[in-house]
Amino acid sequence: MKLMVSVKRVVDYNVRIQVKPDGSGVVTDGVKMSMNPFDEIAMEEALRIKEAGNAEEIIAVTIGEQKAQEQLRTALAMGADRAIHVEVDEDIQPLTAARVLKALADKEQPGMVLLGKQAIDDDQGQTGQMLAALWDRPQATFASKVDLDGQKAKVTREVDAGLETIEVDLPAVVTTDLRLNEPRYVKLPDIMKAKKKPIDTTSLADLGVEAAPGLKVTNTAPPPERQGGKKVESVDELVSELKNRGLI
Amino acid sequence: MSERDVMEYDVVIVGAGPAGLASAIRFKQLNEELEVCVIEKASEVGAQILAGAVIEPEPLDELLPGWRDNPPNICVPVKRDEFRVLRKGGSSRFPTPPQMHNKGNFIVSLSAVCKWMAPQAEELGVEIYPGFAAVEALFENDKVVGVRIGDMGVAKDGSEKSGYTPGVDIKAKLTVFAEGCRGSVTKQLIKKYKLDEGKSPQTYGIGFKELWQLPEGRVEAGKVMHTFGWPADKMTYGGSYIYHLDKDRLAIGYVVGLDYEDPELKPFEMFQQLKHHPEIKPLLEGGKILSAGTRAIVEGGWQSMPKMEMPGALMVGDCGGTLNVPKIKGTHTAMRSGMLAAEHAVANELSPEGYDALLRGSAVGKELKRVRNMRPGFRKGLWPGIVNAVFETVTFGLAPWTLENHADWSSLKKVNEYTPPERDFYQRDLPPKDRLQSVYFAATDHDEDQPIHLHVLDTDICVTKCREEYNNPCTRFCPANVYEMVEDEEQGLHLQINSANCVHCKTCDIKDPYQIINWVPPEGGSGPNYQNL
Repeated sequence: MKLMVSVKRVVDYNVRIQVKPDGSGVVTDGVKMSMNPFDEIAMEEALRIKEAGNAEEIIAVTIGEQKAQEQLRTALAMGADRAIHVEVDEDIQPLTAARVLKALADKEQPGMVLLGKQAIDDDQGQTGQMLAALWDRPQATFASKVDLDGQKAKVTREVDAGLETIEVDLPAVVTTDLRLNEPRYVKLPDIMKAKKKPIDTTSLADLGVEAAPGLKVTNTAPPPERQGGKKVESVDELVSELKNRGLI
Repeated sequence: MSERDVMEYDVVIVGAGPAGLASAIRFKQLNEELEVCVIEKASEVGAQILAGAVIEPEPLDELLPGWRDNPPNICVPVKRDEFRVLRKGGSSRFPTPPQMHNKGNFIVSLSAVCKWMAPQAEELGVEIYPGFAAVEALFENDKVVGVRIGDMGVAKDGSEKSGYTPGVDIKAKLTVFAEGCRGSVTKQLIKKYKLDEGKSPQTYGIGFKELWQLPEGRVEAGKVMHTFGWPADKMTYGGSYIYHLDKDRLAIGYVVGLDYEDPELKPFEMFQQLKHHPEIKPLLEGGKILSAGTRAIVEGGWQSMPKMEMPGALMVGDCGGTLNVPKIKGTHTAMRSGMLAAEHAVANELSPEGYDALLRGSAVGKELKRVRNMRPGFRKGLWPGIVNAVFETVTFGLAPWTLENHADWSSLKKVNEYTPPERDFYQRDLPPKDRLQSVYFAATDHDEDQPIHLHVLDTDICVTKCREEYNNPCTRFCPANVYEMVEDEEQGLHLQINSANCVHCKTCDIKDPYQIINWVPPEGGSGPNYQNL
């Protein structure tokens, strides 16, 4: 069985995000970029499935600018066998990403497509679900545990009410949650070896995919600044302060 | 995997700063067959690089001809210089000292410069690995044969976590240390090979920097201003730099000589006070901090420069102390020393022998020798220092004497022997409020479940001798509030080390009066994540 893992290049989680003064987006100039942490978890899960003998090949996929190949190299250093780079310079919306992954799934015929439950840049959390619909295959989202059993997978999902375990037929789409696993440290010799692993470059046109600019970002603004707190001396003062502000 | 992997190269360079990267590029330019690898403890190249920085472009012209057509993302030609001596509430303009004339120089972000140099090195075939920290040198027959990378996945108590990955050994015919000021492996090697024998003790400063985004139209791109005087008292060496960048950005910083005597001094507070000087505050009001950080600066110069070579290895840049203090510049000398190291090694079958003499006789050595007496002249105070600096300038450094430096840890006075000067400081209202808020702007990150990387060899001293003699100066000189004296029922009064806040400036390792703090690298990739500093 082949596994396909989608990884996205995003602003690193450590970076203090700054909104551009004109509100057209966030500053990425000189900013550290890295693999979406949820995708890293998806990658780790694929490696564990392969290491358990349940898959033969892992293909890492990214959609994005030329530099997104850095994230593919990270995936290859973690242990992916090969990688596909769909080169697109514009921002990618979930529907376009899902269409690309569908086209690649048709071509590669993976037994499972793994991806993060959401990317930490735009927090859309839609790509996995859209892919399942387009591909017409089952989906197991927000996975915190994945067990393979022949042509089926038993997946524990993190839902509002607690944990829910479902069984899906393969091929299927699995989106990964935070508690699924802890990604491994990349080893230095593996980074070196990853430089020699193949990356195929393709484009939306090659895949016959039409970009779907269904969403238009009209403005980006930072959250309002938090006002400083005030210490009060007594309960009475607290109550009168709350009354003054019309809160009680 | 529990076996330690070994990787072999012709040359391994420790540290991807300007010296290390310039060296790597030069090695490949001179001999493309050489296998050259650079390791860097920061999560990415440039993430732990902090400098003013006005740089002299000549080494870049030599190393990367044509770079001016493809400059790094912050690169503003200097338009004019201003030099002021501050007093509380006012200032006097002084003629700019000749060393500080910046015509033809560029204001850059050194962090961005390194980030820009790295891919150019990779294009030449240099392998660069950020996120991997060298923790010690490897030896064979008393010769350096490479470095060991720190283990990943070790818990706070020293046990192995599930993802434990032992660090690899990188072996090389030649190891080049480019660790920057007070390098942790360099420190071990200077001791082992007695490289500082017969030299003056090394001396340092602590340098703060903030990058601001200001309201439109306030910045005068290319203006460079330096100040001396207030808020430093007359016995403390301290000065500021204010560099006007493009896109309404401004770099502001402050440097305090770590040879200060006042046990109660708070370097961080001095920087914050400077920002509230009535001639500086209006510039910043209404602006936002984009990024902030702190780093020790090497100030010993010519007489404190250790022997820069040892069997199997050599040093380049600030871990050897190539910074030119009167110019307040170290990038050009760091790069030159790195290039020179490569030129020497390639011409001598990768043997380090003779590099030290070559460096001292080179333009770098000459430049440092000429200004060697300027910084130590300030030990007697600001005005005697300026008088001495003028003398040294007009005599071109030809005086037959060399003034000695003193170890910074030894200069601190005991609390009962020192009366701190009247500090009459401003009530502050510009950000950051305190050191913790400043750490937030440094985006520093350490996995909390890892061994504390600040080794305090004897914590009893903290509650007994140090409390009495110096009143725990670590709680004041640390810019990140790493050291705190706390009292609780279980342990009584004790030292608490908030190592996750550490911004890797190395001040504690330098200034602690008992020399019992040893800074070692935490897990690779930890530490500050500076942007455009």
